[in-house]
Amino acid sequence: MNQSLIRFKESYLLYNFKRDRVAIISFIILAFLILIGVLAPIISPYNPYDAMNIDIMNAETPPAWVEDGDRDFLLGTDIQGRDLLSTMIYGLRLSLIIGCGAVLLQALLGIMVGLVAGYRGGKIDSLLMRMADIQLSFPYLMVAIFISAIFQVAFGIGRFEQLAVPLLVIIIGLAEWPVYARTVRASVMREKSKEYVEAARVIGLSQRVIMVRHILPNTMTSVLVISTIQVANAIMSEAALSFLGLGMPVTKPSLGSLIRSGFEYIFSGSWWITFFPGFLLVLLVLVINLLGDWLRDVLNPKLYKG
Amino acid sequence: MFAFIVRRTTQAIFVMLIISLIGFTIKNKIGDPVRDMVGERVTPAEREELRDKLGLNDPFLIQYARFIKNAVRGDLGLSFFYKKPALKVILSKAPATIELVFVTTLILIFISLPIGIYTAIKPNNWFSKFTMGISTLGVSIPVFLTAILLIYLFAVELNWLPSYGRGATVNIWGWESGFLTLDGLKHLILPSIALASIMLPLFIRLIRSEMMEILETEYIKFAWAKGLHRRRVWFVHAFKNTLLPVITVFGVQIGIMFAFTILTETVFQWQGMGFMFLEAVERSDTSLLVAYLVVVGAIFVVVNTVVDIIYGMVNPTLRIAGRK
Repeated sequence: MNQSLIRFKESYLLYNFKRDRVAIISFIILAFLILIGVLAPIISPYNPYDAMNIDIMNAETPPAWVEDGDRDFLLGTDIQGRDLLSTMIYGLRLSLIIGCGAVLLQALLGIMVGLVAGYRGGKIDSLLMRMADIQLSFPYLMVAIFISAIFQVAFGIGRFEQLAVPLLVIIIGLAEWPVYARTVRASVMREKSKEYVEAARVIGLSQRVIMVRHILPNTMTSVLVISTIQVANAIMSEAALSFLGLGMPVTKPSLGSLIRSGFEYIFSGSWWITFFPGFLLVLLVLVINLLGDWLRDVLNPKLYKG
Repeated sequence: MFAFIVRRTTQAIFVMLIISLIGFTIKNKIGDPVRDMVGERVTPAEREELRDKLGLNDPFLIQYARFIKNAVRGDLGLSFFYKKPALKVILSKAPATIELVFVTTLILIFISLPIGIYTAIKPNNWFSKFTMGISTLGVSIPVFLTAILLIYLFAVELNWLPSYGRGATVNIWGWESGFLTLDGLKHLILPSIALASIMLPLFIRLIRSEMMEILETEYIKFAWAKGLHRRRVWFVHAFKNTLLPVITVFGVQIGIMFAFTILTETVFQWQGMGFMFLEAVERSDTSLLVAYLVVVGAIFVVVNTVVDIIYGMVNPTLRIAGRK
């Protein structure tokens, strides 16, 4: 443990990080946002899921510093009279959970497929990769919209809203796994012919051990690089689905569904219901993208041309 | 070359079969054609009789074969809500989406080409750095948010432009066009800018990186050494070779734009295919939903196949690498 800490302290990654102002600022903001998301039940002023806290009379109160604002509601309230700041904090938490969950699922599926395809080669490789290619020829957002539309029609809207979080994880996970499969396969192909793999084969280790214990750790760099960007993509997809009404319901809003419900009231001048969640969403996606760009440049300059 | 085209076309047909299988499964397991035809007020016995007559109690594969046969003839079933053939409904909404995509493509070409080339030629200029910074911000802003901001600014606050719908349209041989009236053109401005905003960063970065790569090649160095005028080197020698990869990606990206039209059309209540699709989901109009899936799938498959074949014609390594 101690040794790995020293290794980290002397690593190229940390050296680079300390010299990149954009990366440091993005990291601080992201860490702050994640902390808020994790601590949501403790730090948010109200519990937006608790009907006792909601009073319809408070609906559409503007932010505290605007005329007619209420000091109790810093960023104002939404159309149902929920405190906007608390709802946003819970929404941020949902967006983060769904984003990370979906990326975990993508990574799991994609790594398994990529490992098997890359290591075994032959028929199974061309079958799996053809599948990935076919799916990649459709834009992932389209695939996600289709899958969730099908799920919504199949489950009925009521059931869909109950199961929204796990379903969204599955939808976004299924929509984007080929990205991982391709990347992992490419690095497995590179690693496969190296001497340490041959050595492992010569001492008679089983295929599974070689794949999981020997090759997999060496593909992790590229997995890490795409994972950052994929989290940003997953959060965007979730927001888009929720905005279309195919994601989180209004009773348990994510940032996307808050923007959706605010949009209906923008013509009457209630700009804050759309503006603040929108700003938070852009900030979150932007810092993840910036960190992802930095990570890609540092760890794997060759991946740039993809 | 012939073998390549045959192989690519077989693959396309195979993909279409998979898409139709998915579509048919949805229709078969979730949709209810009897309800689509007669509504809810029919006794179970009559329903069963109708099911038999329609062949809905036949084995899955036979029904699937029938679905394919009808689909090839252009019959994708009846829309429950519109009481019209689903394909007809989609085709009546297509002009709106195609016009939106067309205007957006024009905006994309006229903005991304000059900026992409400029940032490649002068990478250290303040404008180039500024553009690259903005483009990172640009990919982080969801298209629906840009659309809402545009509406708030230009429609609600400034009241300059209309915020929803297509405005006045003119019917030319069944094609509802918004190009010919001032009102229709005004309605096009905000949606197409919103749609262009999400694609612009991608295109500028693509053109820039391709152009920069080509500027590093030997033949460009040779052109400099020959003492050619810099405009000739940039625009004739370098730019021409940038175009090929850019055009291929362009073909694929226009397909991606169709996905984003669903979001843009929702915000602007644009009566196109994407808006219709979401309405179909809300109304559980399974036939229409499946028809949309098949039509959009077909558009993608055709675009991808054509792009691949064109690319294979110009770039022989691709068609040879695919050979066993």
